[in-house]
Amino acid sequence: MPTTQHAVSARGLGKRYGKTWALRGFDVDVAHGSVRGLLGPNGAGKSTAVRILTTLLRPDEGRAEIAGFDVAAQGEQVRYRIGLVGQNAAVDEILSGRQNLEMFGRLYHLGARSARRRADELLERFGLADTGTTPVSGYSGGMRRRLDLAASMILTPPVLFLDEPTVGLDPRARGEVWAAVRGLVDDGTAVLLTTQYLEEADQLADRVSVIDSGRVVAEGGPAELKERVGGDRLELVLHDESAVPEAVALVGRLTGSEVTVQAGTRRLSAEVDDRVAALTRVVTALEERGTSVEDVSLRRPTLDEVFLHLTGDRDDASEEAVSR
Amino acid sequence: MTTASATTRPDTPVPGSPPTGPARLGWALADGWTVTRRDLTHWLRQPWQVVFGLLFPILMVLVFGYLFGGAITVPGGGDYREYLMPGMFAMTMVFGLSETVMAVVHDTSRGVTDRFRSMPMAPSAVVVGRCAADMLKSTVTLALLVGCGLLVGWQWHGGPGPTLAAFGLLLLLRFALVWVGVYLGLVMKGEGTIAVLQTLEFPLGFLSNAFVATATMPVWLGVVADWNPLSATVGATRDLFGHSGLAADGWIAQNAVTMAVVWPLLVVAVFAPLSVRRFRALSG
Repeated sequence: MPTTQHAVSARGLGKRYGKTWALRGFDVDVAHGSVRGLLGPNGAGKSTAVRILTTLLRPDEGRAEIAGFDVAAQGEQVRYRIGLVGQNAAVDEILSGRQNLEMFGRLYHLGARSARRRADELLERFGLADTGTTPVSGYSGGMRRRLDLAASMILTPPVLFLDEPTVGLDPRARGEVWAAVRGLVDDGTAVLLTTQYLEEADQLADRVSVIDSGRVVAEGGPAELKERVGGDRLELVLHDESAVPEAVALVGRLTGSEVTVQAGTRRLSAEVDDRVAALTRVVTALEERGTSVEDVSLRRPTLDEVFLHLTGDRDDASEEAVSR
Repeated sequence: MTTASATTRPDTPVPGSPPTGPARLGWALADGWTVTRRDLTHWLRQPWQVVFGLLFPILMVLVFGYLFGGAITVPGGGDYREYLMPGMFAMTMVFGLSETVMAVVHDTSRGVTDRFRSMPMAPSAVVVGRCAADMLKSTVTLALLVGCGLLVGWQWHGGPGPTLAAFGLLLLLRFALVWVGVYLGLVMKGEGTIAVLQTLEFPLGFLSNAFVATATMPVWLGVVADWNPLSATVGATRDLFGHSGLAADGWIAQNAVTMAVVWPLLVVAVFAPLSVRRFRALSG
């Protein structure tokens, strides 16, 4: 029996492999017609969460409902109401796009004629009508992923799970997939999306859960999360690499915040509260010392910075904290 | 669950909730058949691959029958090609093993198995469909190989009953190996491991009475070969095809027909539950 108005609702989900918890204390709610992003590095537990919610994996702890049906006890009802697009384009490569969709339609228990009609509709909708009879092995990465999406939408399920849907796609194909996902959300589908790409969460998600080592470490709208990291950032590119250590100390003193240097570059970045005043102060001080500055800018923090801020920089050497 | 319609939208071609009672069996069979038909469509779309697959055992018949055969003495002094064909039939059933493994590994590594498992289809359909497709393919292969055998001078001398029983035993061996294949396919992680399996098929096949009498081997090796399940099937089919004058030494060789039934059933009894369990807990 549906007990919530949420498309997805999970409380305290946990999954353990031996002594290690792949996921623990995982809570999430996804409202109908909204997109929830699960953001985290490899091995953070994102896929484990998706596998539990799509009935592929039994949780060791907690419970979850999809459109009001319990994932552990009412698996079949749940499976009628979800679509799953995994990390691989899980379609048959030898069959054509149309044959794939017809086969999956039959497995969703549509009659032969409805399955055929539905396949045609979906090929049209996902821009694959021209290549419907081509074997999938001849499809581009973006086309495969769109076919994968189409196969997940045969019953127009209320909930769609996308597990890193654009991994390995070029920017153009990524854009195609994003557009297709937005179209589905506009029609009322709730989406739970896992991604390592902050840009993807920023582009698609209404709300984001940041997940690390099996736990949710932060939760909120993309703008809200950026807020959490603090205010705007001042960014400087120095002309001369030898001037970097000295400039780091100076900027740290003038702004009173941590200065980061992108490894291998001459790019410094620091949080500032008083925007232009801080910029003027720093640039003036550097000029007085004769340190030449190539570029200077003020910007909002990116989700990348939010992410590093929340998960620590243990596995990411692209930015390193240098001074306080 | 009468509230199913509350969560679906009007543009959706929604079938009802999962069936219960006797309707469920029909539902499971229909799903299994859809999965089987997928493989049949593969053959239609890649006929050259099927043809190539068939060429291999035929080539083996020619190599053993005409190249090596002259040097091999058949116990009882019969024609070697007559002796060879039942061995080739059984070997072809063994070669099917890696095909099953390959299909299962391929689907699992590409996420197709997960997609199936996340769909409201009968849980048995994937395994049943795989099994039916492999059995159909093996039956066609066997029929063609029989035709090839007849061309090189092999024939059956028994009545229709024993002859059909012989083919039944060969397919029973294949059936048992389907389950071994499904299990190995689910356990193996990479597609690279298949090469290892294909390499092992040969010595395991040769370590039997398929090509030469086990009496010609060193005693201990002959015993191992006698106990190879493949030997039971080959020995039993030779009996049933009425290839006379074959010396049957030892208990296992004298009870080949019994063992040709017992071995595969034993294998199914072990690997079918293992496979089903593994399939359910695939990611557990």
